[in-house]
Amino acid sequence: MITTALFLAFAALLVGCSLMVILHRNPVTSALFLVLAFCSLAGIYLLLQAEFLAMVQVIVYAGAIMVLFLFVIMYLNLKRDVEDGMPHVLRRFVGWGIGALLLIEGAVYFGRRWALGATLPEPAPTVGNTAAIGQILYSRYLFPFEITSVLLIVAILGAVRIVRGRVAPVTPPEGSS
Amino acid sequence: MSLPAVVPLSWYLLLSAVLFTIGVVGVLVRRNALVIFMSIELMLNAANLAFVAFARDLQSLDGQVFVFFVMTVAAAEVAIGLAIIVNVFRLKETVYVDEINLLKG
Repeated sequence: MITTALFLAFAALLVGCSLMVILHRNPVTSALFLVLAFCSLAGIYLLLQAEFLAMVQVIVYAGAIMVLFLFVIMYLNLKRDVEDGMPHVLRRFVGWGIGALLLIEGAVYFGRRWALGATLPEPAPTVGNTAAIGQILYSRYLFPFEITSVLLIVAILGAVRIVRGRVAPVTPPEGSS
Repeated sequence: MSLPAVVPLSWYLLLSAVLFTIGVVGVLVRRNALVIFMSIELMLNAANLAFVAFARDLQSLDGQVFVFFVMTVAAAEVAIGLAIIVNVFRLKETVYVDEINLLKG
């Protein structure tokens, strides 16, 4: 009962904040609403008994990734978006039309496959979720986990290389040749 | 109307579908590249929510491990994508995707 009420509250907050992300003209406001949406999603993860993911959601998404977003928005010094012209009206019409179509399709599919009323079974009593994830991550998923480190290295090197670009050619220090 | 004691799986899936749809509409409607990136993040999170809900439904932790990997890929994608946006802004002085037509002949 209390779980359902909490779920509904978090879901309403999540959908509302997500809508504000795509509707608000100011990119900074969009980013801050996205932080709030990620935090409410972390709350839903807690309801699903995924404590580890809830914490990672707050730390990595709401913390690191959104700070990166805000940093770039402020670095580029963006103003409010200007939205005008006929193509924009057309694009908005097409965008919302496709979105409505997708939502109806998803709802019909979900309704057919997982009819409303199917309840989640009571979870088995387990040790801490974080410990269990650690166990499985370092045994069955050890190789993908190691590959992840390569992915992050590539991302770091790629980001540094792209941002340095051709703008600032490195001049070798005197006498190094 | 009385609320069910346990939240049904379908509610989580429906929320995931709504979140994904909002992301799709954001990508299609907005022309600010940064907001489009945020919409992509919304879609990734919708997929994560479906993963976690199914992991709970199937009493399995594999779904949560996959969410962990998705978050890693999202972090890498944001780092590279924002670097590209910064570079394009230096070149074109805009982040509006309909004004970025470097590949047009």
